[in-house]
Amino acid sequence: MEKAQIIATINQFLEEDFEVAASNLHPAADLKETLDLDSLDYVDLVVSIESHFGFKVKPEDFQKMTTMQDFYDYVENKVAEKNAA
Amino acid sequence: MNHRVVITGLGIYSCIGRNLEEVRQSLYEGRSGIRFVPERKAFGYRSALTGVLEKPDLKPFLDRRARIMMPEHAEYAYMATREALQEAGIDQDYLDAHETGLIYGNDSCAQAVIEGIDKVREKKDTMLVGSASVFQVLNSTINMNLSTIFRLRGINLGLSAACASGSHAIGLGYMFIRNGLQDMVICGGGQETNIYSMPNFDALGAFSIREDDPARASRPFDRDRDGLVPSGGAASVILESLENAKRRGAPILAEVIGYGFSSNGAHISNPSVDGPARSLRLALKDAGIDRREVQYLNAHATSTPAGDASEAKAIWEVFGDDMPWVSSTKGMTGHECWMAGASEVVYSTLMMKNGFIAPNLNFENPDEDSVRLRIAAKTLETKFDLYLSNSFGFGGTNSSLIVRDWKE
Repeated sequence: MEKAQIIATINQFLEEDFEVAASNLHPAADLKETLDLDSLDYVDLVVSIESHFGFKVKPEDFQKMTTMQDFYDYVENKVAEKNAA
Repeated sequence: MNHRVVITGLGIYSCIGRNLEEVRQSLYEGRSGIRFVPERKAFGYRSALTGVLEKPDLKPFLDRRARIMMPEHAEYAYMATREALQEAGIDQDYLDAHETGLIYGNDSCAQAVIEGIDKVREKKDTMLVGSASVFQVLNSTINMNLSTIFRLRGINLGLSAACASGSHAIGLGYMFIRNGLQDMVICGGGQETNIYSMPNFDALGAFSIREDDPARASRPFDRDRDGLVPSGGAASVILESLENAKRRGAPILAEVIGYGFSSNGAHISNPSVDGPARSLRLALKDAGIDRREVQYLNAHATSTPAGDASEAKAIWEVFGDDMPWVSSTKGMTGHECWMAGASEVVYSTLMMKNGFIAPNLNFENPDEDSVRLRIAAKTLETKFDLYLSNSFGFGGTNSSLIVRDWKE
């Protein structure tokens, strides 16, 4: 999966399933502020990532991400790891 | 001191209408909400008949978090409760400032349970059922959802009593207010209609198989009835003390004056005459009225051979020659199960306020028991000011409510 496609997929489910405004979805945006997710939402984010990209995020991994770019990079790396395996 | 308990708001979302006005019209016209759904046949149902509802669009009213927490019947319950609160003139400011209770009948969450567990089986990982599943699988799901959406702070409990759930919910709400423990309680009942909700019930052979003629399948008290038709939706009733209603200048529709209840103490599914008869007598006693004052009786009658016969015997035993008009609205709606006791109070109150008795649809020929009842086979243009509503459930739980038109 290409990087652009990964970003498009993430943005799409954040918009549709998590009702995040499209205008807030840019690489420099603060992840926590942009998504404004509570502890229940993080469970659903794990589910969305698993269903779209086929791997399960450890909830604690979210702690290491600050910006949306970090999030995109994280998913891209995981997808690459999965493809290499 | 006992407080008088009045009804100040009604809300309904059912297979015969998505709001009070649509339902009033359907009741008057004797319109059926029952359809044949081929998907059920393919799934393995013996009978593919069911009440069919349109999925409500909650997006204009609720955010994502609130929406994903709700199973099908909580969505219906939200729509019904929203309408009931509006009718009663209650806004969020009122609910924030006054302790309001919620007692809602529900006895299943089949779809959420099955889909959640199927997901765990597939993924071998519980987290992948998502965050909402646990809030959808509990029988108190409607209470959890509505009490958080409307920020309610009074008594908060879901009530499970099979097909008498909605009726007992109103009965309990009445008791809480009458005894001075609450000024206002939102009562109701909700019932899911998805494909997973009814196969276990269908297994008993209790459903009508008149699949070639859906609108004529549910025929309570008729000699040729062959079973019930499952259905669902939700109904809400705002109960409050008379003092509270007057204080806030509420529109008072009617007064709950009696609640009778009993348990058969017998077979888990076979009906009895004794249990319902005791419930009826207790309701009359609680209301402090003579049987001749009951002008309309909304029967539980679901269109099963044994159930309708037992209820007809119980009604005859209690009312004898002072027989009120009797009809079962299930001829139109099918059996709304956990919701039925609440929806039938909404239906009966709508009839009482609009001067008619809705027809017992498809009652063409009586049998030896129903011949002794005074059944309204067609819509009757008649004013009445006092009715009784019966609801009975598996396990032998019975509930009878008596409601009088509002007068000082």
